[in-house]
Amino acid sequence: MMAVLAELSYWQATSIRVAAGLVAVLLVAGTLVYAHLFKMVSFMQSRLGPMEAGPYGSLQLLAEIGKFLQKEDIVPRRADRFVFKAAPFVVLTSTFLLLVVLPGGPDAWFITNDLGIYLAMAVGSVSVIGILMAGWGSASKYSLLGGLRATGQLIAYELPLLLAVVGVVIQAETMNLQGIVLAQANGEIFGWGAIGNPFILTQLVGFVIFMIAMQAELTQTPFDMPVAESELVTGYMTEYSGLRFLLFFIGEFATAGVFSAIAAVLFLGGWYVPGLDPADNLLNVLGPLVLMGKVVVLTFLVFWIRFTFPRFREDQLQRLAWKFLVPLALANIVVTGVLKVVV
Amino acid sequence: MTVTERQQLSYIAAQAADARVNLEIETEGMTLNIGPQHPATHGTLRIVAKLDGEQVVSADPVMGYMHRGYEKLAEVRTYPQVTTLINRIDWLGSFANEVPFILAAERLMEVEAPPRAQWIRTILFELSRIANITLFLGDMAVQVGAITPVFFAFRDREHVLNQIEAATGGRFHPNFDRIGGLKDDLPAGWVAETRQAMRKIRRFCDEIEELVEGNEIFQARTRGIGVIPPDVGLSYGLSGANIRASGVDWDVRRDSPCGLVHDQVDWKVWTHPDGDSFARFWVRLQETREATKIVDQLLDDIPSGPIMAKVPVIIKVPAGEAYVETENPLGVMGYYVVSKGDLNPFRVKIRSASFSNVSITPWLLRGVYVPDIITILGSLYFILGDIDR
Repeated sequence: MMAVLAELSYWQATSIRVAAGLVAVLLVAGTLVYAHLFKMVSFMQSRLGPMEAGPYGSLQLLAEIGKFLQKEDIVPRRADRFVFKAAPFVVLTSTFLLLVVLPGGPDAWFITNDLGIYLAMAVGSVSVIGILMAGWGSASKYSLLGGLRATGQLIAYELPLLLAVVGVVIQAETMNLQGIVLAQANGEIFGWGAIGNPFILTQLVGFVIFMIAMQAELTQTPFDMPVAESELVTGYMTEYSGLRFLLFFIGEFATAGVFSAIAAVLFLGGWYVPGLDPADNLLNVLGPLVLMGKVVVLTFLVFWIRFTFPRFREDQLQRLAWKFLVPLALANIVVTGVLKVVV
Repeated sequence: MTVTERQQLSYIAAQAADARVNLEIETEGMTLNIGPQHPATHGTLRIVAKLDGEQVVSADPVMGYMHRGYEKLAEVRTYPQVTTLINRIDWLGSFANEVPFILAAERLMEVEAPPRAQWIRTILFELSRIANITLFLGDMAVQVGAITPVFFAFRDREHVLNQIEAATGGRFHPNFDRIGGLKDDLPAGWVAETRQAMRKIRRFCDEIEELVEGNEIFQARTRGIGVIPPDVGLSYGLSGANIRASGVDWDVRRDSPCGLVHDQVDWKVWTHPDGDSFARFWVRLQETREATKIVDQLLDDIPSGPIMAKVPVIIKVPAGEAYVETENPLGVMGYYVVSKGDLNPFRVKIRSASFSNVSITPWLLRGVYVPDIITILGSLYFILGDIDR
């Protein structure tokens, strides 16, 4: 892709990138909403889900978008207008920035950078600011409680998320996400290299910690204290309507998709297809689809847990992060480091 | 060593600085209005909670948003018309509301329903208990944050509602009980279908046991939360599963039966020693199972015979007063009926269970966290119509 883009002028290359980014975020979010929120959950709850809009209800999301766009964009009278209005965009910005370092194939990437995963972890936290803005700017007590809970929770779970990644970085010897994929593709399991070496095998503890912390970062049940529908109404989203609510809604699913993609890259081998040469041009087409498949599987886990479990109270949630996940992640780093030196 | 004036002054200054800092750090609390419109109160209960951070300093329930004046309205209705009103008190177990009123009127008129009517009355009474509590079992999970169980609850409650509808013609408001008996006999095939429905409910209870009760997060959220000691519970007038969960072995069905035939079957009153939210959930789950067993046994030998006793067409209740209470799904429900010998009651006082159950909330909610408000209220299980009447 870079070879192609190099021959185009700046504005052409940029618009291709922007279009690819939009497709990557919106298509993934749409797929997840339909496959998981509309259908999988409906089947779990012994109902059919949307059936009327389009074949088998597949156009329901478009109908929903149409509905939300028609709604009045209400700003509460005592709200901080600018902060209130900007908050959903800040949340969505973090999602798009996460996507930037994500590789989809040997040449299909937006930027490749030796600080890849470091950047991803850093920009992933931007959404906290957006959520705090929404909570504070709404001038509503429910939103304020929700926003503060979200901030406390996201800061607590940022740490195990980051520490879980460190194990992978030690093993792959690079922070470049493309490098991490190649390290898995070229890896060997006890001298057998037919399927490479997906890090889920060696970093299983890290993977579990990453998934738990990811669930918390996405504020999905059992970590949905900030949105807690049955007590805080919907937390920081309470006062939003119309387009801005839609942005939060899409942002939730898009972020779930992007975080799952990062998990897939770190632990499941990313875009690599066993049996093919990692530099094969075919992978530029196949890779994104493979990655998408892995994303659907991982988000399935996320939403399966979301719709089955009750939620933690926030003190229990903090205890889980600080007393269990962080020490476990640190131990994982120590073991990985020792084994890296010894083996 | 003598304390110099300078040391003394610096000590006072330090103290003053500390006091000032304390004053600055101390923030004023926040008053959070939970309700009247709130997803967790399934109705219009308002709770004024004064918060310090996430901790509740005081919480006061404000009732009356749904007051419909049934006690007063009953005074201008004839006796048969009153059942239409009181159906709507606890709208999830409507038939159970009619029973104590009809029993009180029957006691005043000195008529007794024929045995067949008494048995069918008891069956419908227990069916409305099941219809009511199955919804609680799913709803409690929603309060704790799991949304799937409530769909199972609605799905399986439908089997019971279908049976109630088949027998009475109404899913929600049967209005089926009459002074001296029942409106109609059971339709053909009803007994076998009800047995099947009871099997489905028992399977639902097993499902809930695995999905909700056994879940570690659910237990962490409910065990040791909202503990009601037996003496406090009794002094606030708690009844039903709420007081049985505190270890008080008291069930009106067994202890003072009147007009219903619970003494004819073999069943057990479940209690739990803990008195926390989990205990209340557990007791209700066992009670649902027990109710299906009661229904099954009653279905085995419904006596034959008439469905109505001999009562005049125009019902005039002789002067007098009667108080009858029964163990309704939400707790003890009683009607105090005063008659002056007219077509309509002179005064009806309704003792509804939820009103007393909710009255403990200011005591119970002090010092808990905001999320626990919802689980505690959920586990107390009230119906707004039953609070406000």
